Amino acid sequence: MKNENIIQYIYGIADNALILGQRLSELCGHGPNLETDIALTNISLDLFGQIRSYFQYAAKLSGDKKTEDDLAFLRIEREYKNVLLVEQPNRHFGYVLTRQFFYDVFHLLLLQELQKSTDETLTAIAKKGIKEVSYHQRFSSDWIKRLGDGTEESHHKVQEAVDDLWKFTDELFHMTEDDRVAVESGIGVDVSKLKERYYKRVGEVLEEATLTIPETKWFQKGGKQGIHSEHMGYLLADLQYMQRTYPNMEW
Amino acid sequence: MSKKEIKNTGTEATRSDRAEATRSLEEIFEQRIARDEKIEPKNWMPEKYRKTHIRQISQHAHSEIVGMLPEGNWITRAPSLRRKVALLAKVQDEAGHGLYLYSACETLGITREELYEQLHTGKAKYSSIFNYPTTTWADMGAIGWLVDGAAIINQVPLCSTSYGPYARAMIRVCKEESFHQRQGFEIMTKLAQGTPEQKAMAQDALNRWWWPSLMMLGPTDAESVHTEQSMKWKLKRKTNDELRQQFIDQTVPQADLIGLTIPDPDLKWNDERGHYDFGAINWDEFWQVVKGHGPCNKERLSARVNAWEEGEWVRDAAMAYAEKQEDKKLKKAI
Repeated sequence: MKNENIIQYIYGIADNALILGQRLSELCGHGPNLETDIALTNISLDLFGQIRSYFQYAAKLSGDKKTEDDLAFLRIEREYKNVLLVEQPNRHFGYVLTRQFFYDVFHLLLLQELQKSTDETLTAIAKKGIKEVSYHQRFSSDWIKRLGDGTEESHHKVQEAVDDLWKFTDELFHMTEDDRVAVESGIGVDVSKLKERYYKRVGEVLEEATLTIPETKWFQKGGKQGIHSEHMGYLLADLQYMQRTYPNMEW
Repeated sequence: MSKKEIKNTGTEATRSDRAEATRSLEEIFEQRIARDEKIEPKNWMPEKYRKTHIRQISQHAHSEIVGMLPEGNWITRAPSLRRKVALLAKVQDEAGHGLYLYSACETLGITREELYEQLHTGKAKYSSIFNYPTTTWADMGAIGWLVDGAAIINQVPLCSTSYGPYARAMIRVCKEESFHQRQGFEIMTKLAQGTPEQKAMAQDALNRWWWPSLMMLGPTDAESVHTEQSMKWKLKRKTNDELRQQFIDQTVPQADLIGLTIPDPDLKWNDERGHYDFGAINWDEFWQVVKGHGPCNKERLSARVNAWEEGEWVRDAAMAYAEKQEDKKLKKAI
């Protein structure tokens, strides 16, 4: 497998962590209480830690003196390959936790498979990440239950988030061309095979949370091809501000 | 009724006993402090001691959580992954400090909700320095270097203050603050050694944060209303002016080292005193900011109030859920 394919495959995984980590970092200092504030920042920190491992590896593979920061900050929007789900804004705590929960369940399944990769670096990153992401999934599942089976207001709010964000879940299981190449060469994960386990796990938690599983069959996609929502440009404007305004400097 | 008889009535006897008991409790308390022993939550303490500590510890806790906001302003725009992770971790540390300082304060018989209420209504204060805006990345360096630097000078003596829970919280706070200070200085060093634009950014940040950092060590001794009592209770070990001098003496050589200029034309080493002489501080500005008219007072407070109000339904949900779980457990058990 060519290095360029591996780099593209890494974007497909790491950009999700990057954009979700960035969304969570917007909340630091604004949580509903100190404990949750600290916990959400922790998740963001874990994700950025994982991103650095992925991008340091990808930068090394690129072989042209690129750094982790070049990959994280200096691509155009079309070159970011994250799913639409993770770029959705922090409309309220219900959205934040639902987005997190929908991603965490997928993320854990992905890493459990990725640790079987024939690429040793990806295996190592996955193994380290599993511990962190297991905690993320526990944290977000617990909150879905609290909000769903808490008060009438919280039930309504989290149901609203589940209904709105559900349409972004299917994209998680779309196979891109880079995924196919990576699966064929033994380094990648066939995400389409995770779908059944994913919806089973998500369904169990939603049921326990007394929430209704949306019936919609219409799903949104595009992120994996770099066609994002209108929210993405603003997120990148923040993320890239310093690197774009002061190019070629060290910080 | 004769005086003797009055003394013999029950209520009078109790009152007198109580006065006697208080006197002796007060003596025990004073002796403990004199022997440098800690006062613990279960120990008797004078009401004024309790109130002063609630005021100071909560002010400190509020400063930590309001202090998350100016730095939080740059998390999404941090210039590199390494800086972003470090800044996130730093702001998270501040939340942690807030958490254990609020816990220390709660041991004095006040709830966290009451403390928040005091912050949100403006009854309680927080460090005024956080009412200044963070307009460039270099402000992350200046805050770490100067603001955390001044905070450490203020706080190190508190590690041996008389109230046990506060002293213990401060040991941990100080360790982390000193790490933050080094991190801030490292940001400034990198900028000062960088391109002309980066160096200008660093100098501009130093120019804006220098004087507010000096003010952060509190009003001059002549104006400080709490100093005398606080010294007695070892809640303060040095006066504001002594601490300020220490901060200046420590920071000037650091600025020299990285080639930045302290924005004070009167700054000069005084051989005779063995200290730096420095220019007049604009105390009008200080009091204006303390009274709520700084550049960001309104924004800071409304950010805290919003987070609290918008989080109410979440806290309620968590409480309701916990109660339901408890009920389920009980039903199962019976």
